[in-house]
Amino acid sequence: MNEQTLREPAPRNASIPNDNVIVAENLNIMFDTNDHPISALQDVNLNVQRGDFISLIGPSGCGKTTLLRAIADLTPVTSGHLRVNGMSPHTAREARAYGYVFQAPVLLPWRTVLRNVTLPLEIAGMAKSDRIACARENLALVGLKDFSMKFPWQLSGGMQQRVSIARALSFKPSLLLMDEPFGALDEITRDSLNVHLHDLWRRTGMTTIFVTHSIPEAVFLSTRIVVMSARPGRILRVIESDLPMPRSLGIRDTAAFTALAHDLREALRDGHSYD
Amino acid sequence: MTRIFPLATVMLALIIVWYAGAYVLNAPQAINLMDPDGPHNFWAVVQAAWNMDRPVLPTPGQIATNLAASIFGNPLFSPRNFLLQTAYTAETAVTGLAGGVVLGIFLAIGIVHSRVLDRSLMPWVITSQTIPILAIAPMVVVALGNIGLTGLVPKAAIVGYLSFFPVTVGMVKGLRSPDAMQMDLMRTYNTKKMSLFVKLRWPVAMAFLFPSLRVAASLSVTGAIVAELPTGAQVGLGARLLAGSYYGQTMMMWGALVLASLLALALIGMVRLGEFWLCQQRGGRL
Repeated sequence: MNEQTLREPAPRNASIPNDNVIVAENLNIMFDTNDHPISALQDVNLNVQRGDFISLIGPSGCGKTTLLRAIADLTPVTSGHLRVNGMSPHTAREARAYGYVFQAPVLLPWRTVLRNVTLPLEIAGMAKSDRIACARENLALVGLKDFSMKFPWQLSGGMQQRVSIARALSFKPSLLLMDEPFGALDEITRDSLNVHLHDLWRRTGMTTIFVTHSIPEAVFLSTRIVVMSARPGRILRVIESDLPMPRSLGIRDTAAFTALAHDLREALRDGHSYD
Repeated sequence: MTRIFPLATVMLALIIVWYAGAYVLNAPQAINLMDPDGPHNFWAVVQAAWNMDRPVLPTPGQIATNLAASIFGNPLFSPRNFLLQTAYTAETAVTGLAGGVVLGIFLAIGIVHSRVLDRSLMPWVITSQTIPILAIAPMVVVALGNIGLTGLVPKAAIVGYLSFFPVTVGMVKGLRSPDAMQMDLMRTYNTKKMSLFVKLRWPVAMAFLFPSLRVAASLSVTGAIVAELPTGAQVGLGARLLAGSYYGQTMMMWGALVLASLLALALIGMVRLGEFWLCQQRGGRL
């Protein structure tokens, strides 16, 4: 990728209808284990449109992380059709089409916050002054511009995860993939980061796919919630949310929010077996 | 203070045991050498045992005096000056150590990046250290001497043979230590092998490199001394040790021993300094 394409932000607005960012058709992913192959995802069909905020929710082992990793080309697809921005996941990864936020911040402890955020740009070969400017901009987006010279271990867990979000914004991606990014944080930090993330998503219009275990988190953030179930991993239901925008934490006490959360809990219960 | 006190206590105990040992080991000869007409009480025997010209076990005081006499009583470039001998050994140790470290790092890089090298080379790396260095040193000296390489080169080769090993083992482990999530992270950036090495593998491995370097540094002095023995013991602390044992000059041997351990300490100190510097660069953690 040359510097020109790096500096030019990808188109970000949800104005074009039926603009599919992710298309999955009859997607199957099998894992080989010692005794027998396990079906991690079975016949998954999913369309994600530009500007969507999709939550993948379900019990452990339902393949929500596997689906996210397949989109990111971190896990190979066994069969079926998967397109990311109209490309194969592999080509999309090579084009650095997405930003990925892991369960843990995965910050490199020997680099300052600023140099952690510039890391992807360094690897892409961007000039030093450009990448520092870009990193400062992204750190400001997550509210950490005063912490750029700290080392990761000098920050709290929530701040570290915000740094990793700033880092994921490096390539100005039109697609943000997040794998339970706030799972390890306490509830108060999680609430505040949810508000942060909602604002960031509103401002950038980035298509976001968000893996979570938390019902309130999914309802608060999403435009659509994909409910999955385990053994084999599959999509059970897709719940549309028409909660008003922009959202603040107060929305959680409204009847509409409670009703949606109830629907979601019912759907999860349907898919849950206790074997 | 809390660190110095225990160390000082042990040191004091060692010195007391040493002086007692010097009395026990030297007394029989000391009594033979004493003036038959002089006093033979306990204190006189102790004095004689602690002040022999060629004692079985010299006292720490004698060793220090002897060293000081050698260092300050001779011109700097006189072969009788222990500092010159130490410099020869240091030259061998540092040259060999540098070569060994470079070799060790390159071997580790090869082993980590190539399955073939991992399978074929790693067993030989481990086997290499099962051969006693004392057995292989004369052969290295003879073999390299036959192709016209004498002096520093064969000695440095022996040091390198000893010191590459901890570096290879440590760096193989270090270069492999990035965890799955770090590797996935780099994959999402479409990182090429070279960048992956520079940005992740190498910096992660630093925490493994420095402990390996400390081991390699102390081994390098051992290696340098062993390497000086079969070369005809012309120069260096190893030569002093050998000459001392030939001629029963225990004080010469102990002097060489003390300087050898000080040399090893200095080399380890230098590694520590490098470690400290890198630590500062990283905000206080390695």
